[in-house]
Amino acid sequence: MLEFFSQLTGLIEPTIKIVGLVFLVILPMVAYSVYAERRFSAILQDRVGPNRVGIPFTKVSLAGLGQPMADGLKFILKEDFTPDHVRKVYYWLAPALTMVPALLTCAVLPFGGYLKLPFVDDPFKLVIADLDVGILFVFAIASLGVYGIVLAGWASNSKYPFLGGVRSSSQMISYEISLGLSVIPILMIYGDLNLSNIVQQQHEQGWALLPITLDGFKPVVSMRDLLLLIPLFISFIIFVTSLFAETNRLPFDLPECETELVAGYHTEYSSMKFALFFLGEYAAMIIGSGFAVTLFLGGWSLPFGWGTNGEDSLFWGLVNVGTFFTKVIAFILFFIWVRWSIPRFRYDQLMRLGWVFFFEIALVNILLTAAILMLFRQG
Amino acid sequence: MNTDYLPILVQFLIAGGFAAVTLLISVVLGKTAQQRSEVKDQAYECGMLPIGETQPRFSVKFYLVAMLFVIFDIEVVFLYPWAVSFQEFVRDGVWVAFYSMLGFVGILFLAYLYALKKGALRWSD
Amino acid sequence: MELLFYLFSAVMILFGLGVVVSRNPVTSALCLVMSFVGLACLFIQLDAFFIGIIQILVYAGAVMVLFLFIIMLLDLKAEEGRQINYLALAGGLILCLVFVVQLGSVLTSFEAGDVGKTPQQPEMTTDKNPEGLSELAMERMAEKKLPDVHLVGWTLFTKYNFPLQVVAVLLLVSTIGVVLLSKRKLT
Repeated sequence: MLEFFSQLTGLIEPTIKIVGLVFLVILPMVAYSVYAERRFSAILQDRVGPNRVGIPFTKVSLAGLGQPMADGLKFILKEDFTPDHVRKVYYWLAPALTMVPALLTCAVLPFGGYLKLPFVDDPFKLVIADLDVGILFVFAIASLGVYGIVLAGWASNSKYPFLGGVRSSSQMISYEISLGLSVIPILMIYGDLNLSNIVQQQHEQGWALLPITLDGFKPVVSMRDLLLLIPLFISFIIFVTSLFAETNRLPFDLPECETELVAGYHTEYSSMKFALFFLGEYAAMIIGSGFAVTLFLGGWSLPFGWGTNGEDSLFWGLVNVGTFFTKVIAFILFFIWVRWSIPRFRYDQLMRLGWVFFFEIALVNILLTAAILMLFRQG
Repeated sequence: MNTDYLPILVQFLIAGGFAAVTLLISVVLGKTAQQRSEVKDQAYECGMLPIGETQPRFSVKFYLVAMLFVIFDIEVVFLYPWAVSFQEFVRDGVWVAFYSMLGFVGILFLAYLYALKKGALRWSD
Repeated sequence: MELLFYLFSAVMILFGLGVVVSRNPVTSALCLVMSFVGLACLFIQLDAFFIGIIQILVYAGAVMVLFLFIIMLLDLKAEEGRQINYLALAGGLILCLVFVVQLGSVLTSFEAGDVGKTPQQPEMTTDKNPEGLSELAMERMAEKKLPDVHLVGWTLFTKYNFPLQVVAVLLLVSTIGVVLLSKRKLT
C-alpha cells in the first residue's frame, strides 16, 4: 500500500506537465492557429479577416485577438442538437474518439531538453512520458484516430457524412504506410526510437536536415552527413505530405471538401461536438508539426550545436523550450500557407500519390540510406 | 511494470475527462433555438429532401485498400526493429540481416507489383 | 501495480464479453478494439513494450479498421430476434469447460519460477555479451531499461531469417488472394 502511495506521488510531476502542456500550450495554440489561419488567409487573399474582437465592453480591438475566446464561448452556448435520425451512442462517442488520440500523442513529444529549477536538485526532463518506443507509440495512437471519423460518418446516418467518413478513413490508412516508411531512414541513422535521444543526438551532431556544427567559427561537416541529406530530404517531403493527408488538410481535404460533401463527416454535428472535431483536427496538426520538427529539424535544439540541453542552467532550458515552440509555430504557418495556396487533389490522384509514388520512393529511399550507411561504416 | 508508462494513463484520463466535460457543458449551457420539428430533424442535404438509403453501398476498392493496408503495415512493422539495429548490423558485419530484409521487402514488393498490375490500386476508372 | 493488472484484465474481459453479447456488429468491433487496448496494456506491464505497441498499431489500428469497413460495406444490420442454437451453445460450453480444465491443470503443475526476474535485474547486465547484443542495447540495460526493440531486431535478423521469408511469402499469398477475390466481385 505504501508503495502504491509513493507511486501516486510520483505522478504529480507528469500531471503538472500534462496539464501545462495540454491546457496552457496546445489548446491555446489550437485557438490561435484558427485565428492565425483566418488572418493569414485574409492577407493571402487581400482581405481583412477577423480584426474587431478585443477586450469586451471596451473599444480596444487588439487586432482581433479576442476572436478565439468569443468563438469558444459561442460554441459552448450554441444549442446542443442531436438530430432524430442519428445513432445516438456513437454520435456522442465520435467527437471524443477524435480528440482523445490527438491529445494523447503529445505525451512523448520532447518540448524542451531539461529544466533546472533553482533550489531543486534534479533537473526536470521536459517530456511527459519518456518512452523507448516513442515513435511507434505515436503511430499506434494516431492510427486509432481513424475510429472517430469512421464512426462520425456512420453514426450520422446521412449520405454526405457517410461518404466523408469512408473517404477519410481510407485516405488516412493509405498515408499511414508512407508515414511509417518515411521515418525509417531516421531510425537507421539514429538507431533509436526514443524521441528525446533522437533530439539529443541532433543537438550534438547538428540537425538531421542541417548537419553542421561549429568549431569556433569554422563549420564542421562530414561527407557522410552531406550524403545522408539526400535520403533525409526525401523522407522529410514524404513525411510532411503524408502529415497533410493524415490531418485531412488541403490539398488533401477530400473528406470534407465543401464543394462535394458539404462538410464531410461532421455535417450533422453542431455546437461543442463540432468544436471537438475541430479541436482534434487542429491538435493533430500542431502535434504533427511538433513531430516533424523533432525528427527532422532538431526539436528543441538550436542550430549548429549552440547552447546546452539545459541540464545545468535554467537559461538554456528556457531557450530550448522557446526554440521548440518557435519552430512549431513556423511549421504551422507553413501548413496554413500551403492550405491557401494549393488546390485540392482528386481522389484517384491522392490514392495514386500515396500508394504508387510515395510507397516506391520511400522503399528506394531506405535502400539508399542503407547504402550510404554501409559505405561509411565505422570501425 | 515500467513507470515510464504511467503518465500515459494519466493523460488518457485527463483527455477523456476534458472531452466528457466539454460535451456536458454545452448540454447544460446551450440554448434551444427552435422547437424540434420534422424539418429540423432531417438529414442535411443542402435543402434537398433526402431520398433513398442513408448508407450508399460503397466500392469494393475501399475494402481492398484496407486489406492491403494491413499487409503493408505488417511489412513496415518488421522494418522498425531492423532499422533501429541497422548500424550495429553494419558495424559487426552481420550482412545476413541486410540480405534477409532485402528478401523480405523484395517478396512483398512482388505482392505490391501484383496488386498494382491487377489494378487494385487504380482509382481512376 | 497489481491493481493495474486487475484493472486492465477487467477491461479486457468486460469488453471481450461485450463482443459476444452485443447485437450490433459495430459495437462488437469497437469492444474488440478496447479489448486489444487492454491486452496491449497487459503486455506493457510485462515489459513487452514493442509487442504491446504493435498490438495497438496492427490489431487495433489496422485489422479492426478493416473489420469496421467490412461491416459497413456489407451494411450488416443489428441482429434481431436471435434464435438460440442449442447445439452450438452446448458445443461452446463443452469447449470452454475443456479449456478451463486444461488451464487449471497447467497452472497447478507449472513452476512459474521467479516471476519478478526480468532482464532488468543486475546479473543480466554483465559485460559478457553472449547474445551478441548491440552496444546501445547494453547501455539501456545498464540504465535498467529493457531495449526490447533492439532485442527483437537482433534476434529476428540473426536467428530467424528463414521464418521471416516465410512470413513474407505468406503475406504475398494473402495479397494475391485479396486481389483475386475482390476482382471476381467487381466483374
